[in-house]
Amino acid sequence: MTALDLQQYLDFAYIAAVVLFILSLKFLSSPTTARWGVLAGEIGAALAVIATLFSPEVTAYRWILVPLIIGAGVGIPLGLVHMTAVPQRTALSHAFGALSAAMIGIAEYYVGTTPVTRFEMGEIALEVIIGSLTFTGSLIAAGKLQEILPQRPIVYRGQNFVSLSVLGSALALAVALVVNPAHALLFPIMVMVALIFGVMLVTPIGGADMPTVISLLNSYAGFSAALLGFVLNSKVLVVAGALDGSSGFILSVIMCKAMNRSFTNVMFGAFGQVQASAAGAKEERVVRSATAEDAAAILSAANKVVVVPGYGMAVAQAQHKVRELYDILAKKGVEVRFAIHPVAGRMPGHMNVLLAEADIPYDRLVEMDEINGDLPQTDVALVIGANDVTNPAARTDHSSPIFGMPIIDVDKAHTVMVIKRSMNPGFAGIDNPLYYLDRTLMLFGDAKQFVGGIVRELGGGH
Amino acid sequence: MPADFISNLYVFILAGFVGFEVIKRVSPLLHTPLMSLTNALDAIVVVAAIIIAGRHETRLTTILGAIAVAASFSNMVGGFVITDRMLRMFKSGRSKQS
Repeated sequence: MTALDLQQYLDFAYIAAVVLFILSLKFLSSPTTARWGVLAGEIGAALAVIATLFSPEVTAYRWILVPLIIGAGVGIPLGLVHMTAVPQRTALSHAFGALSAAMIGIAEYYVGTTPVTRFEMGEIALEVIIGSLTFTGSLIAAGKLQEILPQRPIVYRGQNFVSLSVLGSALALAVALVVNPAHALLFPIMVMVALIFGVMLVTPIGGADMPTVISLLNSYAGFSAALLGFVLNSKVLVVAGALDGSSGFILSVIMCKAMNRSFTNVMFGAFGQVQASAAGAKEERVVRSATAEDAAAILSAANKVVVVPGYGMAVAQAQHKVRELYDILAKKGVEVRFAIHPVAGRMPGHMNVLLAEADIPYDRLVEMDEINGDLPQTDVALVIGANDVTNPAARTDHSSPIFGMPIIDVDKAHTVMVIKRSMNPGFAGIDNPLYYLDRTLMLFGDAKQFVGGIVRELGGGH
Repeated sequence: MPADFISNLYVFILAGFVGFEVIKRVSPLLHTPLMSLTNALDAIVVVAAIIIAGRHETRLTTILGAIAVAASFSNMVGGFVITDRMLRMFKSGRSKQS
């Protein structure tokens, strides 16, 4: 077979892969077909990889097979992590994706005998800058989510100015390289500056903004792969990158809307800091607290219960106890549903995965917009480890930093019960007027233990 | 402007629209698996890495390519594994009883 024939085989394999990738995402539209999506994606990826291994250009198999084995050795354990570790695993995979795109872009600059043209230089520079900043930015995000690094925003005076200057110098170096691609010394400096900017981009961002940041990094990782497709003239990379990039972009928009904030506000806002000082002066107000026994009595007398989970449930690993509570109440004929805010947790869809892991049927998980109409007819709203997403100040208080953010209207339920460690304000430092309502009962304690206590009172559990 | 750039731009724009239309329809229930699946698909950059490493032109490009092969292949394998694990957990109330 001639080289040309093999090249055509490669192209057909790539076209098949692209079709399977689009089908893969299409299958994800419903939980009943979603697993077909994984299969379609796997077949597409396998076709493309196997076809490439037979490409006439590939000769040094030692340099491929060893990294493939290492990749599988790292990837499989990362695919088997506990469900609570999914946000940091996702951030880490954005880092790996961006690292690989950046490495190939850098190699492309040094490869070949003829120097790159100005146009190619521009493509490579842009691709390498985005890939590099996404790599370090995602590592920082993963570190924050794994709590190796502090989750609170790290800010200092003039931060935005410094960060933007660093980005500006990376772009200036890119322009200098386009003017004269032979300035080989500037290239590694540009890569270094972009790597530093990635760190500076994510360190000022707090834990509560992680759903937006992870989605944005997802989008950058995708677009850097698409740009790499432009550099290498590879349509399969352009398509896969465009799919991944647009997916991350759509998720970022959804996350921003769910927080009523703009991209620039998330990236340059340093949300938490301002609030902590603003919330300083406030009078002591009375809250009513209750025991597990009281809570059990109220829940068993209810007809309709809505549970609102948040990051606190994930931290306390309370999802399995919540499931026991769900089972007992369902057996008593109480209708239990779960209200899912788009930004609850640390990444898009975080709460759904944790509750599904605990075997709670997905048709019990209801989106915010859908459940809000039912809350006035709900007997008990049980908030577990969620705070800002239930704060009625977002609807009523124009001076509140979260004013305008869509919330789950738990304050409209007949009785509200909030499981919370203490009265300390949440991550963003914003006081929650929900806790001082007459209809609100505070259940102080660890989410897992408290829910376990309620389950025991209801006569179940182990 | 090179002709390749224009044809790639066509493909990019069309794929972007397809992506937008398809992903818009993904239920918010599955946003976490969506992210891990698109991540696994994006790891198709492994094919470019294989060619860079496999051409074995210079020591530097071969090493960069080999790192890229390992990084993207770990995403590909890990992304599919975790997406499938997550999707297996999503059960409806009806299928649970049967």
